[in-house]
Amino acid sequence: MWMFEIPPFVPFFISALIALATRGLLRGTIMVIIPIVSALHLWMVPEGIHLQFTFLEYHLHPYRVDKLSLLFGYVFHIAALIAIIYSLHVRDTMQQVAAMMYAGSGLGAVFAGDLLTLFVFWELLAFTSVFLILARRTPRSYHAGMRYLIVQVLSGVILLAGTLFYAAENGTLEFGYLGLNGIATWLIFIAFGIKCAFPMAHNWLTDAYPEATVTGTVFLSIFTTKVAVYALARGYPGTELLVYIGAAMTCFPIFFAVIENDLRRVLAYSLINQVGFMVVGIGIGTSLAINGAVSHAFNDVIFKGLLFMSMGSVLHMTGRINGSDLGGLYKTMPKTTILCIVGAASISAFPLFSGFVSKSMVMSASLENGYDWIWLMLLFASAGVFHYAGIKIPYFAFFGHDSGIKASDPPNNMLLAMLIAAGLCIAIGIYPAALYSLLPFDTDYNPYDATHVLAQTQLLFFSALAFVWLNLKGMYPPELHSTNLDFDWIYRRILPTALQQIFSTIWKIDNKLRQAFINKLDDCLVFISTRNRRLSSLLSRHYPAGSMVMWVVVILACYLFLSFID
Amino acid sequence: MVNKKKYIFDDPKNIKRLLTFLYACCALLFILDFVIHRHVFHYWENLWAFYPIYGFVSCIVLVLIATWMRTFLMRPEDYYDDEMKDYKKENNQGENLDQHNMTKMGEHNVDV
Repeated sequence: MWMFEIPPFVPFFISALIALATRGLLRGTIMVIIPIVSALHLWMVPEGIHLQFTFLEYHLHPYRVDKLSLLFGYVFHIAALIAIIYSLHVRDTMQQVAAMMYAGSGLGAVFAGDLLTLFVFWELLAFTSVFLILARRTPRSYHAGMRYLIVQVLSGVILLAGTLFYAAENGTLEFGYLGLNGIATWLIFIAFGIKCAFPMAHNWLTDAYPEATVTGTVFLSIFTTKVAVYALARGYPGTELLVYIGAAMTCFPIFFAVIENDLRRVLAYSLINQVGFMVVGIGIGTSLAINGAVSHAFNDVIFKGLLFMSMGSVLHMTGRINGSDLGGLYKTMPKTTILCIVGAASISAFPLFSGFVSKSMVMSASLENGYDWIWLMLLFASAGVFHYAGIKIPYFAFFGHDSGIKASDPPNNMLLAMLIAAGLCIAIGIYPAALYSLLPFDTDYNPYDATHVLAQTQLLFFSALAFVWLNLKGMYPPELHSTNLDFDWIYRRILPTALQQIFSTIWKIDNKLRQAFINKLDDCLVFISTRNRRLSSLLSRHYPAGSMVMWVVVILACYLFLSFID
Repeated sequence: MVNKKKYIFDDPKNIKRLLTFLYACCALLFILDFVIHRHVFHYWENLWAFYPIYGFVSCIVLVLIATWMRTFLMRPEDYYDDEMKDYKKENNQGENLDQHNMTKMGEHNVDV
């Protein structure tokens, strides 16, 4: 059928064009219908390569479908639909168009069968998403957006360099298993790593996401990092280095999240933490671990989206997002509170919520493959994520001290979007078999055995107990207006300061050299003028006038000489 | 008009009830550890009340380390704001534009 040759990014790009030309209800309707139609279409597409052509002697496959890409394709459609419903009230063409282009780019990237197509969508992801940050239209978001763009484009450029090396080495651009063996694959690995928010390359995320618009952050949390997770799962499964990188990613952000005041930044840190679980799973590389990693990506898109939506609602309705300014909102925003708690329970991996059925696969895989210490780190991260995302976020926003803010639940479209996401979180948690049937490897994994359920519940309840105990003792760090230094301090403060000092030293030396040169020149002139004093006094008694007359004579002589040459 | 409505956690008794419920759950889970037969992968899991103790201790360690990190990581909220100085100085028009947009910031309704 001809229909099968339409890659899923096409309808999204077309709807972006339509969004550019339409307004109001018509635009909203089209934007909602497109992902539904596209998802139904994708449901019918069989696996295989559906589009290929030759470009400059390279075989390109812009549309390749297999189980791994399909899973990401499905979740991107679902999440895009939820985010579009969430942003239906927005009247900002720039954001709407950018969001549709961004969703399309994400879909294009996961169905790209070759590295060049991947690169194109990789860069499109950067260029379309930055408008969701800039759309906030504040100086702060402008600067964060620019920093974000620089990092993302850098990642793209490294990917392109890696791709060119890869093509030169192997004579093919096909995007399959790469493995770390040579400069090309290392470059591609670094490019994926930057987008995946590896430690020390993670600050673009915590910097830019909280500065984006209310609805923009929801879109941002869906695509960029998950495309990177997909790319790692495709290119580097079983790369042991990823286990250690992932474990670091699960642990270090939770410390920052505990002391962070901006609740959307807390979520940004927790996004890195969750991606860490996926990276560990990819690194272990067994079928159970890969299944765990991609199913956790699937669930994370939905529950992280739900949490970003609930915090977005708080920001939208109150104009505030700092934990120190909020509190007691459960009185005036009860529906948002409940939906946020569902998201919090899911990310904390409570049994019967979606996080549990996927995270436990990665944990089990790490134990089965003898990564004992990694398993302990993941367990620590599980307790930690409940501590700050499961308890801290709902507690400081909706409970805690009463801030007395007059607010109400957000508009219906926002509530509906959150309701869909919350419903999915619970549905997947109760009936994980539906999700498991979509996974790239067949599995008979059962998360609901007594051992797992008991262990996880014990871990979570005693973490809650620790929170209560610390709070009662007054040892819990209060929410404070502050900026916490992170790795971006290196390039936002140290590097500019160092460069400034280096350049100021260079200017000083340069200044001195120039001055010395001018002094020498002066001396020369004085010397010449003293030598020519007799001549000067011949022409005029005053030195300047004499000198001037002399130079006029010289110039006229030059003229005479030049006219002879002609 | 002052909102006189009483909410669920305005009453300290309810908070106390919630906490009692939490303590009861913790106690129950603690006991279940000895009742339910578990098949474990790792000998650590066989340790006496491994998960409850690990959860409790790791959270306290997490908070203590994070609090300690504040002593050298915390800066005033406007720490990075000087990055925006040049932008404002260079472009007076930009400043007006910012103020203009600030008023709309909460809504993002730029089309209307």
